[in-house]
Amino acid sequence: MATNGELVTLERVGQVYASGERPFFAIQDVTLALREGEFVTLVGPSGCGKSTLLRIITGLQRPSEGRVLYRGEPLRGINPHATIVFQTFALFPWLTVLGNVDIALKARGLPPTLRTARALDLLDRVGLDGFEGAYPRELSGGMRQKVGFARAMAVDPELLCLDEPFSALDVLSAEALRGELLELWTTGKIPTRAILMVTHNIEEAVFMADRIVVMQKDPGRVVTELQVNLPHPRQRKAPAFLEMVDKVYATLAGQTQPEHIEMGSAPGEPGQKRPLPHTTITALAGLLEHVATRPGDRADLYRIAEELGVGSDHLLGLTEAAELLGFATVTGGDIALTPLGETFAEASILARKEICATRIRRLPLFRWLLAMLQATHEKRLERDVAHTALELDFPAEVAARQLETLINWGRYAELLAYDDTRDVFYLEPAGAATAGHGGTAVKEE
Amino acid sequence: MPRAKHVFRTSSPMHRTATWADAVVVVGLAVLLYAGVRLALGAPAAIRGPEISLAPSALPWYAGLSCLRMLAAYLLSLLFTLPYGYLAARNRRAEHVLLPLLDVLQSVPILSFLPVVLLSLTAILPERLAVELAAIVLIFTSQAWNLTFAWYQALSTIPMELREASAAFRFPPWLRLTTLELPFAALSLVWNSVMSWAGGWFFLMAAEIFHVGQRDFRLPGLGAYLQEAASQGDAGAILHGVGALVLVIVLLDQLVWRPLLAWADRFKLEMVDGEGAPSAWFLTALREARVVAWARSAVWGPVLGRVDAWLLARMPSPTHFGETTPPAARWGLAAVGSLVLGYGGLRAAALLLAVPLAAWAAIATGLLLTLLRVGVALAVALAWTVPLGVAIGSSPRLAAWVQPLVQITASVPATALFPILLLAVVRLPGGANLAAVLLMLMGTQWYLLFNIIAGAAAIPQDLKLTSALLRLSRWDRWRTLILPAVFPFLVTGAITASGGAWNASIIAERAEFGGQVLSTSGIGSLIAEATATGDYPLLLAATLAMIVTVVLLNRLVWRRIYRYAEDRCRLE
Repeated sequence: MATNGELVTLERVGQVYASGERPFFAIQDVTLALREGEFVTLVGPSGCGKSTLLRIITGLQRPSEGRVLYRGEPLRGINPHATIVFQTFALFPWLTVLGNVDIALKARGLPPTLRTARALDLLDRVGLDGFEGAYPRELSGGMRQKVGFARAMAVDPELLCLDEPFSALDVLSAEALRGELLELWTTGKIPTRAILMVTHNIEEAVFMADRIVVMQKDPGRVVTELQVNLPHPRQRKAPAFLEMVDKVYATLAGQTQPEHIEMGSAPGEPGQKRPLPHTTITALAGLLEHVATRPGDRADLYRIAEELGVGSDHLLGLTEAAELLGFATVTGGDIALTPLGETFAEASILARKEICATRIRRLPLFRWLLAMLQATHEKRLERDVAHTALELDFPAEVAARQLETLINWGRYAELLAYDDTRDVFYLEPAGAATAGHGGTAVKEE
Repeated sequence: MPRAKHVFRTSSPMHRTATWADAVVVVGLAVLLYAGVRLALGAPAAIRGPEISLAPSALPWYAGLSCLRMLAAYLLSLLFTLPYGYLAARNRRAEHVLLPLLDVLQSVPILSFLPVVLLSLTAILPERLAVELAAIVLIFTSQAWNLTFAWYQALSTIPMELREASAAFRFPPWLRLTTLELPFAALSLVWNSVMSWAGGWFFLMAAEIFHVGQRDFRLPGLGAYLQEAASQGDAGAILHGVGALVLVIVLLDQLVWRPLLAWADRFKLEMVDGEGAPSAWFLTALREARVVAWARSAVWGPVLGRVDAWLLARMPSPTHFGETTPPAARWGLAAVGSLVLGYGGLRAAALLLAVPLAAWAAIATGLLLTLLRVGVALAVALAWTVPLGVAIGSSPRLAAWVQPLVQITASVPATALFPILLLAVVRLPGGANLAAVLLMLMGTQWYLLFNIIAGAAAIPQDLKLTSALLRLSRWDRWRTLILPAVFPFLVTGAITASGGAWNASIIAERAEFGGQVLSTSGIGSLIAEATATGDYPLLLAATLAMIVTVVLLNRLVWRRIYRYAEDRCRLE
């Protein structure tokens, strides 16, 4: 079968989770090809299904829709030509460094004599000679990940899948390991034909990849693919590099939409639902204060990520919250404070709570929750009831996170109180009083 | 020995409330009991017990027999545990059935089964063999559940990335079992084995001394030796017997469990080098011994390697996504199951209807009285274990010399001392009642004490310092820090303790001692009497009533308290 050098072909792949009566798409309609000789990265906000996609490609997970082809053949079960390097290393703590590499060879049915020689050679290549007898817990994070790479190489994979391989490492180890991997890859010292890496670090993606696949959430899908035509080794400070990073940020952070689209609709109402970003108001205030120190109250998103040392994942959640509450607008990878956002950044704590309350009350989710609380006899609502209602629109764990965000924001704005021991929302001051600890003061709507 | 009990305590799924599954399980137990009782109809009216020699030279023989019974039951437990836990953890449908079953079995007073099992087995097997088998089955039922839970929990808590790694590298099932699942579960399995053995002694001793009316179910072993010695009032023999029992338990601890625990420490998941790893002199000696090294490299290693390779080749790695069982087979299984349950349930109900109203009233009173005794025993135990446990837990110096003492004392199964206890109280007014409460107390107080010590030791130093800095009064300190911090541990201990107390009632409320029957009303004595007289409907009714009561108590009372304690007071 002609494959045009395509290693992996995804045809309209989707992953549906049925929760209650309505299906939710973790991934929808993804069509993607991975060709030989390519280093591709998947980037996107958390919840966009990039890790799910990686698991589908390796065969760890079966997609509920669409087809996965490997060299033109449909994939059934674990892909024998692919292997994974995990974010958290996934080493067996009770096996030595040598044992951890050896086990991958043993699973392939190699005789013991061959195994040891080959494992030692692999460890040698990643620079771990002398550490064969050590246990993973004796190694630094960077060295553990080297074992992870050696183990992945042990099975001579055609396709190397990396699941955020550098994100659990300290900055220096991560940088060193990136360089070493690029060297192995660009000089052809490993038989790997293609690399697919999931990352939430946009700079890392631009630094390493030939092609960046940008994904978006709700539902998880591929929005665009960007070719990176910079020669290796890439210079992080080069204008072309920065331009590329900015471009990815611009694609990911999108454009601030008109309010009704930005906010989505309330549960039970028709229209697109928008889950609240899972952030705290305190962290949001930190971001706004930081942007307020920039000239013109505007800043490049990728610069902020660097300056504050936050992952792009987290930053994107914060900008989403800022847009949602009308504190900032995003255009072309830049964030700019609105007059309201400026006021918020300079306000005292009490004034911030006031501003927050007026803004939050407009959000469909809050309107819905507050209306439900008003409608109940004792101005109280069981968490379970709210959760069940939210589950009609969101998958269970998203619904749970929505409630956490509702509680955090609602408490900050003093719009509602929550009793953690009884799992009940309150509205009335009297209710808050009986709630004892666990509830903050309450203001009537 | 039970030092770190709290660490590897298998927590039953306490978040579940009573469901239809519980009802099904209880009906299943009723059917099982009914089948046992039906078999028991043919049980011989008189059973001759063994001759127990009080000569000290007989002790090693008896000790060996007792240990063999324990070992047989333990192996049986492991054999049961591995496939059961595997099925429950890997098959969603099976989980829905197996987990509630395990959950109820864990809270059932196991000793209440003893009479039915003994009677039914003696009806179909030669007497001595039947009694041996009954003892082993009984010990098995006391050892298996927590092991199974530990294994199930380990299997279902294996970190996702390790499971994915073994899938991505296409581990064959055998390799996955030996490099991932067993190592991951090892520490918890070993700890639970220690607990299972400690608990097993209690039931072994109970089984060895069980004797009602014309039916002498005793077994030659350490328990029967102690009972005979107490019965004859032979102080020297009592001393010998207790000494032998303590020696056996200490030897097992030093030569088996401690080395195993020290060895299993390597399977810790922590990625940080731990301090204070447990050590055992015997393991160190084994590691240093040349003979052992030779045996490992020349015999053990090659044999294991051969077996490993053979099994590896037998089980190829999976290449396709898993197949699901055909629905027809599932429905067939479900149909057969409900038929058996339905028919058996009806027959059991018919037998229960034969129980006169007066007997039901007696059962109700018996339950109430036993409940009262359990309550008194718990209260007395709490009264002394809370102050002492907190004192030991918060003072390492005190712990250093009290702890070993307490551990040795606690390791002697209360049932072994019961005949001696009877000897002491037999002449006192209300002797039987007193003996019953005392036995319950002896069997349960240690669970409480060890848990409270653990709880007090787990109070963070910064909180203690804060309360000192705030100059809280002694009362305030107890109220705001110590009691809430210890509470979850106390509840955990109390749940185990109350289970133990109910178990104890079976042998505590009616005992035969030196040809004299010491009896006090209660559900335990009711069951024992029904066994002695062969009143099978009553036996079924009383046993079932006790099981249902204890399960309900666990569900409706203990579970709520436990959840409250975990939610409110657990220091993370």
